[in-house]
Amino acid sequence: MSVLAPLASDTIIDAAFVDYLIVAIYFGFVLGIGLLARRQVSDSVDFFLSGRSLPAWVTGLAFVSANLGAVEIMGMSANGAEFGLPAVHYFWIGAIPAMLFLGVVMMPFYYGSKVRSVPEFMLRRFGPPAHLVNAVSFAVAQLLIAGINLYLLASIIEALLGWELWVSLVVAAIVVLAYITLGGLSAAIYNEVLQFFVIVAALLPLTLIGLHQVGGWGGLKEKITAAAPDATAADQQLNSWPGSNLTGFDSDLLSVIGIVFGLGFVLSFGYWTTNFVEVQRAMASESISAARKTPIIGAFPKIFVPFITILPGMIAAVAVLEIQKVKGGGSVNDPTGAPVEFNDSLLYLMRDVLPNGLLGIAIAGLMAAFMAGMAANISAFNTVFSYDLWQSYAVKDREDGYYLKIGRLATVGATVIAIFTAGLASNFSNIMDYLQTLFGFFNAPLFATFILGMFWKRMTPTAGWVGLVSGTLSAILVAFLSEDAFGSASLGVIPLEGQGASFVAAGAAFVVDIVLSVVISLGGTPKPASELRGLVWSETPKEDLVDADEAGYPWYRRTLPLAGIALAAVIVLNIVF
Amino acid sequence: MAESKKHTAGALDIRNVIGALLLVYGVILLVTRFVAGDEGGANSEGVNANLWAGIALLVVGGAFVLWSRLRPVVVPENVASPEDLPPPSER
Repeated sequence: MSVLAPLASDTIIDAAFVDYLIVAIYFGFVLGIGLLARRQVSDSVDFFLSGRSLPAWVTGLAFVSANLGAVEIMGMSANGAEFGLPAVHYFWIGAIPAMLFLGVVMMPFYYGSKVRSVPEFMLRRFGPPAHLVNAVSFAVAQLLIAGINLYLLASIIEALLGWELWVSLVVAAIVVLAYITLGGLSAAIYNEVLQFFVIVAALLPLTLIGLHQVGGWGGLKEKITAAAPDATAADQQLNSWPGSNLTGFDSDLLSVIGIVFGLGFVLSFGYWTTNFVEVQRAMASESISAARKTPIIGAFPKIFVPFITILPGMIAAVAVLEIQKVKGGGSVNDPTGAPVEFNDSLLYLMRDVLPNGLLGIAIAGLMAAFMAGMAANISAFNTVFSYDLWQSYAVKDREDGYYLKIGRLATVGATVIAIFTAGLASNFSNIMDYLQTLFGFFNAPLFATFILGMFWKRMTPTAGWVGLVSGTLSAILVAFLSEDAFGSASLGVIPLEGQGASFVAAGAAFVVDIVLSVVISLGGTPKPASELRGLVWSETPKEDLVDADEAGYPWYRRTLPLAGIALAAVIVLNIVF
Repeated sequence: MAESKKHTAGALDIRNVIGALLLVYGVILLVTRFVAGDEGGANSEGVNANLWAGIALLVVGGAFVLWSRLRPVVVPENVASPEDLPPPSER
């Protein structure tokens, strides 16, 4: 089959003509949809209509797909390769409960208060200072995360064509700019749903064939046990609890607390409940009931995502020679001369088990995911920068065209900055470390301020912004004092490394935020109750928070029974694994 | 609204788009399988991956196209912009 491979000599992946063809067809579809959608109004109505008339399970897929980017695919397979089963906590302790919480508890406030964005909720509850802090930190986080997506996209180009990383970075950035400009946001739903199916079509065969190659689940367990230095290490990789290899804590109890509180409560709740992109998707639905159900329906496909992300990572760690060596503490160089990292697990497994053809689908799926991810980061940055920052605080009261122009400039600027943040991301051998560190800085204090602000009417505007700033600073301080949360810049004063350090940083941010907010609020004057309706639990009439029609639906269309089933499924999975 | 004032979303129905892409991929995999011979890839260990994946893609892609044929999305003609559309629950 490799007779067709033209660039085989110094690349990780030997792609053949058929693989390039499959990738090209995917881009043809995406760009074609974008162009078709723009042609005439009638077409664009068809477009939106068929997008919106999708059954709930498909919109649930789109909700999950929006998040099924670099983090999930490469980060989780890297986690699977490095830590084994404990990586499932990101889903079954992290994401799922947080998504259910978003649907059941938080969504009524977002929907009921009629705000259009998460920063706008901040503005109404706490006023301009907190809004400014939130908007700035969100914009910075988006740039940093765009860098991850860009870095991963470039690493695929590097693996395919053997170019140097920085050349791949620049080329990938140009491709994404073209994608944002040509594809347009009108095609977003289509791309997300389409992307989901291509990714599943890529990862499912990869997992199944990989599993077949190592001799099934039993064979995988045997091989992981054989490869581990001792029985304890093997045990840690094959059982999700207590996950002390993931957290790096010696004590089992502390590890469980770290996972449940740090990862589950602070990081994941912070991410899912305050993330602008995800929350907005649900806020746009036609009723409070539909808005609440969007993340809950999304939870069902999400439950199964670890089987096609973490599992292939675990397989790569025993089936791929290079990853085996990395795991054994050795160091190997890839054909371009760069050291092999856990982040490359999936690429190597693809090389080893996928025939040309399926390989092309896998490459198309990964490129689609990273491009869509970066495009989403850049457009979110663009929106917040031009409206929440530039229009609100820098240059007010200009015509719409002016802000559109600023938005375009912001898009280009953000792409250029992302090239540099991609360099930053390339310093981390496990993408999740980088990301959890970031989330700890920004999302953990945000979640603390939100949850306190929603349920405690006395919380003052000053407490809002002071809590955010001090929480963020304390997370940065912990990361700086730890062994490696900042890579080589960390001082190593606190003996914490890897993801455990991120969990502690997030926990510290949360606690500092809550404590300072409470202290400052008790000494200040709260906002009058009349301004808090729809924003604070006790000041909002209960009928504003529920959908009157919902009681008449059958059980499978109601929020709470669906959430209950998802929760039960997750508990069962936690017991089984 | 009379029945004649409506048309179906046709090629723009997302189920057709998904179906078409999966069908094309399925055909490409099957062709690759028969051109390249049995093994497909050096390390697939006789799984015949392209064959099975190709068949699965054809089945799933076909199902999407069939679904959109059986229950087409109907677009009312008097709607000028997406904002005018009734919410999905009423359709």
